[in-house]
Amino acid sequence: MGKKRVAIVGTGQTHHKSHRPDVNGQELINEAVQRALEDADLTIHDIEAVIIGNMDHFEGINYVDCWSVDGSGGTMKPIIKLTTGGTTGSTLAIGGYHMVASGMFKKVLVIGWEKNSESDTTGAITTAFDAVWDRQVYAGAISGLAAEAKSYMDQYGATNKDAARVVVRDRKHACNNPYAQLRKEVTIEEVLNSPMLSDPVHLLDICPRTDGACAVIMACEDVAEKITDRLDWIWAAANRHTYTYLGDATYGHLDSLTRASQEVYTKTGITEPRKQIDVIELYQPYSFAGIMWIESLGLAELGKGAEYIWSGATDMGGELPINPSGGVIGCNPIGATGLIRCAEIALQVTGKADARQVPDVNLAISTGFGGCFWSDIILHGKNKPDY
Amino acid sequence: MENAAIIGVGMTRIEANKIRDTFADLAWEAVNKALDDAGMNMDDIDNIVTTSNDFWDGRTISCMAVSDASGAYDKNVSCVEGDGTFGAFYGLIRILSGSYGTTLVTAHSKGSEGISSLITNATFDPIYERALGLDMITGCAMQAGAFMHRTGTTAEQLAMVSVKNHGNARHNPLAQLPMDLTIDDVLNSEMIADPLHKLDCSPVSDGCCAMIIANEERAFQYKRDPVWIKGVAFCSDTYFLGDRDLSQARSLTEAARKAFAMAGIGNPANDIDVMELYDAFTYQELMWLEAMGISADGQAGRDLEEGRFAIDGDLPVNPSGGLLSGHPVIAAGLIRIGEVVKQLRGEAGQYQVKGAQRGVAQGVNGRCGQSHCVWVLDKNK
Repeated sequence: MGKKRVAIVGTGQTHHKSHRPDVNGQELINEAVQRALEDADLTIHDIEAVIIGNMDHFEGINYVDCWSVDGSGGTMKPIIKLTTGGTTGSTLAIGGYHMVASGMFKKVLVIGWEKNSESDTTGAITTAFDAVWDRQVYAGAISGLAAEAKSYMDQYGATNKDAARVVVRDRKHACNNPYAQLRKEVTIEEVLNSPMLSDPVHLLDICPRTDGACAVIMACEDVAEKITDRLDWIWAAANRHTYTYLGDATYGHLDSLTRASQEVYTKTGITEPRKQIDVIELYQPYSFAGIMWIESLGLAELGKGAEYIWSGATDMGGELPINPSGGVIGCNPIGATGLIRCAEIALQVTGKADARQVPDVNLAISTGFGGCFWSDIILHGKNKPDY
Repeated sequence: MENAAIIGVGMTRIEANKIRDTFADLAWEAVNKALDDAGMNMDDIDNIVTTSNDFWDGRTISCMAVSDASGAYDKNVSCVEGDGTFGAFYGLIRILSGSYGTTLVTAHSKGSEGISSLITNATFDPIYERALGLDMITGCAMQAGAFMHRTGTTAEQLAMVSVKNHGNARHNPLAQLPMDLTIDDVLNSEMIADPLHKLDCSPVSDGCCAMIIANEERAFQYKRDPVWIKGVAFCSDTYFLGDRDLSQARSLTEAARKAFAMAGIGNPANDIDVMELYDAFTYQELMWLEAMGISADGQAGRDLEEGRFAIDGDLPVNPSGGLLSGHPVIAAGLIRIGEVVKQLRGEAGQYQVKGAQRGVAQGVNGRCGQSHCVWVLDKNK
């Protein structure tokens, strides 16, 4: 692993909403940046480099790294843009890790943001796919997910009701999170009776569109320990962005998450993730993922994900709470979403998660999802990694 | 910074319209050339960084179009949006972090598939600037005017950059626009945006570059003599053009200062043997040379007249022909690094700079040189 150990020393988020007409993009970014600096008790002058990301075609701004400097504080600093679609936020977090671990920068500001109210989200996402083979027939945010869910239901007999149970969990959790967009509980019946978007995915099965930003400050070991004693250490990170064409993906198993998580488990000696991990912020853009992808993470056997969800083990107070923040179903400012997962885990590890706090968090996972069934994963720890 | 090196480079030809090639075809060609150059196969690559831009590609998540072709299947991979020098920086960082021994970096663009003025208009503020019709050419024309006004640099001196670089390109088989020009040819070419004539501007181009970076241990395991990375730094100026003195490139001055310090370069005017700079327009080569301290303020034009930057001058600049002779956006900066590698290996053929030991490459993001990335490479560790 890294040459330098890396820890998160501060996080900041906007109060995510469906529409923020009161601010422009730079101002939205600045809200998150100011909150992260305040959390770490630093000023922008302490920051040595900035990493930022979003998806260009949502806001229609080219060279966002350059455009954003009035909000990010990147003027006369090194600033770089990473973008990988839905995984952008987790990609940024992994980028921050490498920047600090390299020893070239001691304190790095990581920013993910999106103003989805300015976008035609599905219109923009559709152009991600091959113009000849995928775009005309089968693209956009929901269709691929619906096909994945159908395939899983066919293979393992899962039901719409199983998926709705995941929504009930995340929407309930979101009520504890002042930054979440959808802070209202729903029932299984409400999910099942909501409009069908793309069979089997109902309106309430899927994430909303959100305006929001998230900022995370990472620092190397010697600097981090001087800033605060409440540190979230990055233990390991891995990703797989394996596919280019939708038809190549394995529907019903998120292979990319299986392989990325196996890499992280192997690096860090995790053999029983269900027992060793204390909390997970899963980039779960729709309900069925909450059943399928915990299998990919090795938390449940294939086909047994729904059973694990119904047991209550992933609810607050359960064996392994998932998405105490309400997750992506609670809000989804896409370029920020993966970084929010990382920031929420930092809050859990440092005991700053207030009403959504899981007790005694030692090891935790944040993930990212996007692109063509791609996955990113980060393992966080309360204690300094011992390698 | 720990030792790291470039051990493989692959480039496509730069052409006006590679109509037969998709983005993936471009990447596949460059990646295989880089692997062959290094004597490696894909199993030797630990991780991948692609570099692309959604606007230039007309495609959201533009990195997705080239990930298969870049060998990203079942590997750790990421994507930088911006110039290739920034992509290479992140590729290097992922090695310096201790996570990987080798990184394959790619950068591609097909200018032929887009409308440059609309794409670069989208870099301007949507409320206050876009409706004015600003794009990269008109924005840079303002900068050229500001630079010429402050320094007294003449249109003839700008034209000489075009004559030199298009002339150099005659020796580079990958260049798009090898041309035998006179100063009058440039001055008599169509006025695009005053003071920039057509031959003051780089062309619209298609192309891709791939590069393999390795840590010290892995650098010696393959076919080629490593070219060592001695310094890298980048820096962004303000966004709004009115917030800057547009005739100055202070973010380049800062990036160069840091990169030169890392490399132990005390006197850049004497200590560098070859430079590949981001000359999207003729004035930029002169302005960047002054900002990096190669020429005194306002003197780059005169140094050029004296032949200092010619291939046989004391500091050859853009011996490959530069961006003026082929400008696949995004790939352009990575090509600059690749061209310096060729020079330091002594493989630049007809445009070889004799005895080049140390070289500098530079890339740009944003409008009018807002954000610069500077690389110092050395033949010796």
